[in-house]
Amino acid sequence: MVNSTLNLVWLIPLFPLIGFLLNGIFGRRLGDKAVGIIGSGVMFFSFIVSGYLLLNYLGLHQTGAEFHTTLFNWISVADLQLSVSFQVDSLSLMMVVMITGVAFLIHVYSIGYMNGDEGFARFFAYMNLFSFMMLILVLSDNYILMFLGWEGVGLCSYLLIGFWYEDDENASAGKKAFIVNRIGDFGFLLGALLIFVTFGSFQYSEIFSQLEGYSVGNGTVTAITLLLFVGAIGKSAQLPLYVWLPDAMAGPTPVSALIHAATMVTAGVYMVARSSFLYVLAPASMTVIAVVGAATALFAASIALTQNDIKKVLAYSTISQLGYMFLALGVGAFSAGMFHLLTHAFFKGLMFLAAGSVMHALANEQDMRFMGGLRKKIPKTFITFLIGALAISGIPGLSGFFSKDELLWQVYSSPAGGIWLWLVGAVTAGLTAFYMFRLIFLTFYGEARWKPDTIAHESPNKMTLPLIILALLSVIGGYVGVPALLGGENRIHHYLEANLAKLPDDFTTHQSHLMEFTLMGISVLIAMAGIFLAYVFYVKRKELPDLLAAKFKRAYNLSFNKFYVDELYDYLFVQRLITISKWLWNIFDVRLVDGLVNGAGQLIMVSGRRLKKVQSGLVSGYALSLFLGSLMMIGYYFFR
Amino acid sequence: MLPIEYYLWFAAALFAIGVAGVLLRRNVIIVFMSIELMLNAVNVTFIAFSRQMNNIDGQIFVFFVMTLAAAEVAVGLAIIVAMYRNKKSINVQDMNLLKW
Amino acid sequence: MQNHLLSALTFIPVLGMFAILFIPRDKTYVIKVVAAVTTGLQLWLAVQMFLVFDRTTTAMQFVEHYSWIPAFNIEYFMGIDGLSAPMVLLTALLSFICIFASWNIDKAVKGYFALFLLLDAGMMGVFVSIDFFLFYIFWEVMLLPMYFLIGIWGGPRREYASIKFFLYTLFGSVLLLLAMLALYFYNEPHTFNMLTLMQTKYDYNFQIWVFLALFIGFAIKVPIFPFHTWLPDAHVEAPTAVSVILAGVLLKMGIYGILRINFPVLPDATLWFAVPLGVLGVINIIYGALCALAQTDLKRLVAYSSISHMGFCLLGMAALTTAGMNGAVLQMFNHGTISAMLFLLVGVIYDRTHIRDVDGFGGLAVRMPIYGGMVALAFFAGLGLPGFSGFISEALTLIGGFGAEHNSSTFRWLTGLAVMGIVLNAAYFLWAYQKIFLGKLNEKWAGLSEISGRELFTVVPLAIITIILGFYPMPILGMMSETMNGIIEMVKSGAITALQ
Repeated sequence: MVNSTLNLVWLIPLFPLIGFLLNGIFGRRLGDKAVGIIGSGVMFFSFIVSGYLLLNYLGLHQTGAEFHTTLFNWISVADLQLSVSFQVDSLSLMMVVMITGVAFLIHVYSIGYMNGDEGFARFFAYMNLFSFMMLILVLSDNYILMFLGWEGVGLCSYLLIGFWYEDDENASAGKKAFIVNRIGDFGFLLGALLIFVTFGSFQYSEIFSQLEGYSVGNGTVTAITLLLFVGAIGKSAQLPLYVWLPDAMAGPTPVSALIHAATMVTAGVYMVARSSFLYVLAPASMTVIAVVGAATALFAASIALTQNDIKKVLAYSTISQLGYMFLALGVGAFSAGMFHLLTHAFFKGLMFLAAGSVMHALANEQDMRFMGGLRKKIPKTFITFLIGALAISGIPGLSGFFSKDELLWQVYSSPAGGIWLWLVGAVTAGLTAFYMFRLIFLTFYGEARWKPDTIAHESPNKMTLPLIILALLSVIGGYVGVPALLGGENRIHHYLEANLAKLPDDFTTHQSHLMEFTLMGISVLIAMAGIFLAYVFYVKRKELPDLLAAKFKRAYNLSFNKFYVDELYDYLFVQRLITISKWLWNIFDVRLVDGLVNGAGQLIMVSGRRLKKVQSGLVSGYALSLFLGSLMMIGYYFFR
Repeated sequence: MLPIEYYLWFAAALFAIGVAGVLLRRNVIIVFMSIELMLNAVNVTFIAFSRQMNNIDGQIFVFFVMTLAAAEVAVGLAIIVAMYRNKKSINVQDMNLLKW
Repeated sequence: MQNHLLSALTFIPVLGMFAILFIPRDKTYVIKVVAAVTTGLQLWLAVQMFLVFDRTTTAMQFVEHYSWIPAFNIEYFMGIDGLSAPMVLLTALLSFICIFASWNIDKAVKGYFALFLLLDAGMMGVFVSIDFFLFYIFWEVMLLPMYFLIGIWGGPRREYASIKFFLYTLFGSVLLLLAMLALYFYNEPHTFNMLTLMQTKYDYNFQIWVFLALFIGFAIKVPIFPFHTWLPDAHVEAPTAVSVILAGVLLKMGIYGILRINFPVLPDATLWFAVPLGVLGVINIIYGALCALAQTDLKRLVAYSSISHMGFCLLGMAALTTAGMNGAVLQMFNHGTISAMLFLLVGVIYDRTHIRDVDGFGGLAVRMPIYGGMVALAFFAGLGLPGFSGFISEALTLIGGFGAEHNSSTFRWLTGLAVMGIVLNAAYFLWAYQKIFLGKLNEKWAGLSEISGRELFTVVPLAIITIILGFYPMPILGMMSETMNGIIEMVKSGAITALQ
């Protein structure tokens, strides 16, 4: 379908691209002020265009409408026709509006946060490039262009994690992120190849339109979906490829907020949702997704319990929440997963920015053991952080409550879900509430444990304003999806539903309202209990955590040392790979292969050295051999 | 007229003596003379066959060989003289530079 | 001009060489300018060719066809199609750039540039010859200047490297010669004309043996495992510009030869060898990448990465699909530009520090931000990041490999393995980048100067091409697709044995 207004979609990624080029090429000459204005200005324009398109789209009142805009022909080789073209539908528009909006706020925040940094222009250039790539990723209408964005955001993530590259650890973290992501890309690329071989196209709509001929449980589709999910595992930091995300916190905090909380890491969720029509045909893959999601949610939450680095807690929390989203996708509740993605972008983006503001106040201190008592010093940061924490804990009335409740309810009621998955989700919710409020209490309550000579101060308006806006969104963002039970219409579900697949067997096996109420009540109670427990542990009886840690030393150490997964991977894969490559080169290549080559040369040299002795230099000797030789020749003819 | 075998046996004997001289003697001059002997053995064969077959080609060839031999002697002797100046010896075993 | 374009392209460097021979040896500046003008002219002609090249036909274009040695039916026969045209362009471009990359050569300048132009002529000749005999002559002409360029202007172990290169390649040439003569005598009347050779149907066993001989001859040039060991040595010892030519053009000749001669002339053998070819391709990809991972010498690392990248060409062509073939030739072009860029950049740092060991650097991004940026760009292009040209061609070869119609399940597994190479590529490039540019500045290099204007001039055009082709590869892809279809058609229809 063609729609003249929605055809303007190419403007959305264009603005950040312009920002990137301006800041990247002329950044140093423009001065920090201009760079900041350009960097966030372009995002603002993008946001305006996205918002305008969304309103336009909503004004159409056509559920499930899809619009395609082709910019140019990218690759055309015989039967392979790839174009750079965008798809505008409810899913991509939601993502675009969220990305540009959050990105704009974070860009503004960064003007304050990065103030005076040597690489100010470079930072904004990378951030703009990231936004460009992320928008390409979500707007693309085929898997290869999506892959371009997919890898592009990975590149920016690499560049921004290692932004302060003079510290070798940051550089290593960036490298790790890129390589672990590449392992996921391995799956993505193979999945895309299999799609092309099976359907003869990379374009979503062309692929999905052919799906009628495929029955549920089709082997090829299962393989495709599993391979694509491997890509999602890498990008969205799920078990077992989550290890890069905690390290990625080495980057500047706005980067953590934008890339490693709100947008890039959710690309995997988006991709699975985008491919939902494929996934519903592969129940096995769905189960895998649900199980991986649930396991990641619980696993990451259990690590977050004991971390002392404020950003690490948030990082593990992000992994855990992403696990939630996959849990939802895995049970077929695609719109619930996307809803949680949206609210998570608000409150997690908010908390990262707030954590940045805390660090800003305490001269870049990240260790919560050296914080405390900040409530009065930086009130705006405190309040906004608290709103974020309440939202993620699922306190009724805030955005996280609606999305999490919707998600858990779907997990319970879906034929692909069940009580066990719900239970994992509920326990994780309790853990989430606990570690979030552990963070709040350690950071903002109690006595000040700051390092000497620290003067805590509130951040400038450039930083607090985005915090306030995001806090506002964290409060009201959930009202787009108020469930029917609470008198709402679950608008976001109806908005997204037509562009997402449904499980083949009817989802509307309505459980009783009573059950829904009960579960909702239980999950709220669990969250409250988590908060209360954190209060007891970290405000009332501060000796308790240490006592417990001493008592359950083994469990505590496991959690504190992140289950030694990094060490395990290093031993199992990294060291093996290095050993193999060294062996291959030093022994196999140099000794054996090259040895054979040089050996052939040596053989000739040695035999030459031996044979040359025959050439004695004695003329009579030569004459003798000449004579004997002719005698033999004559003899041959004579006696033949 | 003598049968051709006589000439051929004579030439073969002459040639064998020449070969033996080349191979066994140390003195370069003698080696040189032995070579001449071999050339002349060939000449005898040529002439014998020429007469036998009533064909003048063989005799013309002999003239060629003789001219060649003369030139060879000139060059060869010059080399020997140069050699002697260098080495103060005309022993073939001292002339062993042409090797590895 | 139009009619003699290819001769002009080939022999302009020879004229330039003679001109240089008449310039006194101490006028080095004049010599360099003459070399630059010569290759510049050649590049201009190549661009003209690019502009008027007809993309809709499989026929040879710009044909020059004369009798040369009638007694043996040897012809002076030149022409280009979609397979050779991109290579001609690449050769002209890299030769021009390399003159500037050699600007600070100070040892025997006259000899260097004269030999360089001769090398240029040989390379160009190989790509435009249609007569096998002519092809072979240019093939050998190229060998000698290369030997001297490495052997005289190379690093500390230059003699070893150059002799190894020379003997190895000569060994390949002998097999090539044998195969050429076998084909010559098989045909009645005897001919070296490749187009005629393609028409003949050969005996099955004959095909296998000739294919094998030709293949080894070409495999040494590519280089394909296990004939690759000359490459790291040659690269390490060769001066920068020669490395660039070596990686950028010479390596392409192997693949070019296989596609130009093996595939269309010997279709049955091609099908027979398709799986081994694919397997070798994957071995190249994985093996090259693993070996690169073990390197600390920067040039050796890039050399092994070249081996890895050339594996994609093999995989793509072995699949015998349109996407795979186009990907293979596009990969040749892209690898030409990307590896050239890599070697040029390694040369920049080597000129300043005279070390290439990655452990010896550290934190250079602080001192040389522009250079660091260029290297990052080249590395990311090298590891096949989307948005750079390398991605397009690698993706095409993978798509082609995955969709192979013959032995399809084998090829799917092979392609799956090949994709792993992409992960490994990222590992060694990023590792090397971190070692050189990130972390604390190694105080030893605090006085290092930023990349100069001349050096930027050699790298930036390649970078621009790499990016443009990453977003819009059609200019090059469009040139070749017709010809590639023709070659596939020729293999499939020419084969006596049916395709599985």
